[in-house]
Amino acid sequence: MAVSTRRIAARKLSNLAFVGFCLLVTAIALTALALILYSLVSQGLGGLNLDIFTKDTPAAGTPGGLLNAIIGSVLMAGLGMVIAVVIGILAGTWLAEYAGESRYGVVVRFLNDVLLSAPSILVGLFVYEILVHPFGSFSGYAGAVALALLAAPVITRTTEDVLKLQPIALRESGVALGTPVWTVIRTILWRGSTSGLLTGALLAFARISGETAPLLFTALNNQFRSFDMSKPMASLPVAIYQDALTPYNDLNRLAWTGALIIAASVLTITIAARFLSKEPRRS
Amino acid sequence: MSTIDAPAPGLAKSIRRTTPRGKAIDPIFEGLCFAAATALLAALGGVLISLFIGGWPALSKFGFGFLTGVTWDPVKDVYGAAGPMVGTLITSAVALAISLPIAGGVAFFLVELCPAPLRRPIGTAVELLAGIPSIVYGMWGLFVFAPYFAAHVETPLMTSAAPGSFAEQLFSGVPNGTGVLAASIILAIMILPFMAATLRELLMTVPAQVRESAYGLGATTGEVVMKVTLPYVRRGAIGAVMLGLGRALGETMAVTFIIGNSHDFPTGLFVAGSTIASTIASEFNEASGLQASALIALGLVLFLITFTVLALARLMLRTQVKG
Repeated sequence: MAVSTRRIAARKLSNLAFVGFCLLVTAIALTALALILYSLVSQGLGGLNLDIFTKDTPAAGTPGGLLNAIIGSVLMAGLGMVIAVVIGILAGTWLAEYAGESRYGVVVRFLNDVLLSAPSILVGLFVYEILVHPFGSFSGYAGAVALALLAAPVITRTTEDVLKLQPIALRESGVALGTPVWTVIRTILWRGSTSGLLTGALLAFARISGETAPLLFTALNNQFRSFDMSKPMASLPVAIYQDALTPYNDLNRLAWTGALIIAASVLTITIAARFLSKEPRRS
Repeated sequence: MSTIDAPAPGLAKSIRRTTPRGKAIDPIFEGLCFAAATALLAALGGVLISLFIGGWPALSKFGFGFLTGVTWDPVKDVYGAAGPMVGTLITSAVALAISLPIAGGVAFFLVELCPAPLRRPIGTAVELLAGIPSIVYGMWGLFVFAPYFAAHVETPLMTSAAPGSFAEQLFSGVPNGTGVLAASIILAIMILPFMAATLRELLMTVPAQVRESAYGLGATTGEVVMKVTLPYVRRGAIGAVMLGLGRALGETMAVTFIIGNSHDFPTGLFVAGSTIASTIASEFNEASGLQASALIALGLVLFLITFTVLALARLMLRTQVKG
């Protein structure tokens, strides 16, 4: 009897230690992450004014904003998303509807998952090798392709996942009416999973809008406002990177504001995506 | 998808069979989908091949010595990858060692201990933080963390280490807040939300009956987690950890800001070092000739390391989902 009470006491004690450890590390983790958000807001909010959205990146000591970088980011991410959505949705559809458990399908599925988390800087090097080096110039197009390569695997994965949620009977009833398979896919499966597909696209968009490494060797940077995607192009992340590494206080402040803008947009997009993906499951 | 082309005999006259509109496009559409899937495969293959071709001049010149050489000297055009490679492995390993217990604790807290009303908000917050771009972590590391770390951790540790002791070697370096250990800590903070979110998701797949029967037998919370739910998802958990490791290995921006970018073989925790990704990021645009090739060869090394880790991670996660 005495032994068993002692054992129970020991178990209770070790459980207390476990619970205490969990509470402690959660507190530490949440504090660290809150501190990061706090510095982001406190350092970035001060510089947030109309100039940011109306003026181009300045030289040190002169006033300026981030307009050219924002334009570049929007153009490259936009074009990148167009490419990625086309490839990603088609590839995801192939995996879900045509590939089955065929060997090639299994390989593509597996390697797509690897590509999904491959280091983004290597994608930048690859695009440099195929689009920048041969053509002799950094360009917005190269940046867009690099971003597309990072977004496409995300979209492929989510497309396959949401299409597989659709009941088989839906496909069978479509085909039984004599509808061609590709019409079944377009008008029944894609339409039925619109919110899921949109969620995937938004998540991919959130991922690429903060990517810096792949743009360093592809789009490079541009001090000036430019809509010409065949020339080097500024982007928000690269502008932040370069401004943050200068010794000038005003450029550092600009970098903080840029980081705040990126983080805020990424959070907004992610929250929108979560909101979308929650809706249909409730009904 | 079989076609229906045998009409019932009696109806043959009244129903005129027509080919559905758009039927001809079916194979084209399938071909397009197939091509898109193949394009993804080609992209991954293209990365490998282009890195190999681009890195070949350096690889053929230095041979196996490229992997073991400790000198990285653009002036003399001698390149050895050992410094950045060891830097990559050390920062990732230390980051994982710091991050893993914390991420585990957060996941256990969220699944087993957290009061119900807080569960969703905290879980969502952790997932959202996993999406914050790494450049933000890097900036925070450089501007906020480094000065604090220098004043309150590095300097006291360095002054307290006895001369000639192992600690002195370990804590050697310049106490300016950047360096190998600082980069590892920033990496740890960066992969923390990601690993915590993945582990939490895995733990929530454990059927309620399994957990409840353990509690019903009188197991404590700690015993339920350590002896029942965690073993239940162990393969997936290993996969999640390796996915986090993959992120740390390939991370560029969070590290480049704070590691100090020195190519010397790291000799202490506070010395400036480099990782493969940070070396490429900080040098590639100014590099040409053999240096550019050496940097691409470094990229190839990183590709092979991360590919192995990620492939193992995906295999582990996949079997978990199925099993």
